Amino acid sequence: MTPAPDLSISGTATINGATLFAPLTLTLGAGAWTCLLGGSGVGKTTVLRLIAGLETGAEFLGQITASDGRSVPDRVAYMAQDDLLLPWATVAQNVSLGARLRGETVNQERRDHLIERMRLQDHMTKKPAELSGGQRQRVALARTLMEDRPIVLLDEPFSALDARTRADMQDLAAEALQGRTVLLVTHDPGEAARLGHSIIVMTQQGLTLCDPPKAPAPRHVDDLETLETQGALLRLLREEVA
Amino acid sequence: MRYLSALAATVFAIAIWQGIVSVAGLPKFILPGPAVVAETWWQSRWLIATHTWTTAIEVLIGLACGTALGVITALQLASSRAARVLVQPMLVFTQALPVFALAPLLTLWLGYGLWSKVAMAVLIIYFPITSSFFDGLMRTPPGYLDLARTMQVSKRSILWHIRIPAALPSLASGMRLAAVYAPIGAVIGEWVGSSQGLGYLMLLANGRAKTDLMFAAMLTLGVFSILLHMAVRRATARMAGEVR
Repeated sequence: MTPAPDLSISGTATINGATLFAPLTLTLGAGAWTCLLGGSGVGKTTVLRLIAGLETGAEFLGQITASDGRSVPDRVAYMAQDDLLLPWATVAQNVSLGARLRGETVNQERRDHLIERMRLQDHMTKKPAELSGGQRQRVALARTLMEDRPIVLLDEPFSALDARTRADMQDLAAEALQGRTVLLVTHDPGEAARLGHSIIVMTQQGLTLCDPPKAPAPRHVDDLETLETQGALLRLLREEVA
Repeated sequence: MRYLSALAATVFAIAIWQGIVSVAGLPKFILPGPAVVAETWWQSRWLIATHTWTTAIEVLIGLACGTALGVITALQLASSRAARVLVQPMLVFTQALPVFALAPLLTLWLGYGLWSKVAMAVLIIYFPITSSFFDGLMRTPPGYLDLARTMQVSKRSILWHIRIPAALPSLASGMRLAAVYAPIGAVIGEWVGSSQGLGYLMLLANGRAKTDLMFAAMLTLGVFSILLHMAVRRATARMAGEVR
């Protein structure tokens, strides 16, 4: 893995001539979590997909650059709200999916270590249908880590989980993805307040940079400043709608 | 429970059949009753078995060839835009033609024996297999493809490791449909020209006003088709994701 770079995205996106987002500049700090918070339809997922080099259906005018000058899409790992586990493959096979699809030899030691780290060692040979939502998302996280990429793009990966599992997953992900440049796209102010080293609210009007709480991430769920930030973020989101 | 309801339905159907025969007082050569048919079936069991064997061979070879052809076509269509533009409309057009009309031609080309019937079965099942598998291949959950793209996976590997496995349930439903159609194809082939098979036996019995034998052969074909369908259903259960 190359050292995690800064990422910068600047430009504008249109869908069939209609503006999806006005010219904006977004910078993701090297080795830090950037939370992009916004309601539905503001184009936050489009931003993430543009960085990943995925089909967006939008026309993007601008550029996406890494501080080390190297290309971006082949250095990202991607995790979505849907765990995207292949239902016919076992947990172990899903975790090593990237290597298997590329026809590389799977580093079994590393795979088993990651599975253990995600507390899935008892489920190695199970199929995804036999797992709970939280377990499945842990498999997806292990698969993401297995790719060992310096840039990690998370598209609302925890939003389908119940409150407790979501908080557990947030802690686990924050710990496991340390040192990587992470973009977390979310609609949950609480999640942004817990995890962001920098927090950006995206609305139709553009981006607003917000101050993250002072405590180191992941912050405690009952940390007062974190809760305050959560409230402030929600207020900002609601104002923009009005 | 399922067996019980199948049994109840059978008993019910036989009762209605017997009822019609008794009430209308129809002669044996117009509509034989279930008891007569059963007796004829038992007396002609070896004759029926021989002809069933012939039809079964035709159907099984037809199923295998039709499935193979359909799978290959679907893969070609799914991986090449040119193939979709050129072949897909043709495929739909051939379905608009009554395949039965081709049966005499097939007999002319392939002869009186096994292969004209196999060809007929293939023609009938080719489209359901191709179209169901092709639909499955084109409807891979987009999230899987996104994930594979961020992993820098080749198109070939995506097809082989993601699109094909994800399309297997669709192929399974195509094959189950094919198991019902294939015997019909073989029998049509036999009607047009043959000296063996259940279709031939039905035609022969009909011509000699042996309606009871005709019914016995027809019911045997029905039972054979149901058994075949059940066997294919079971064989494709894993593909369809019904068992792990």
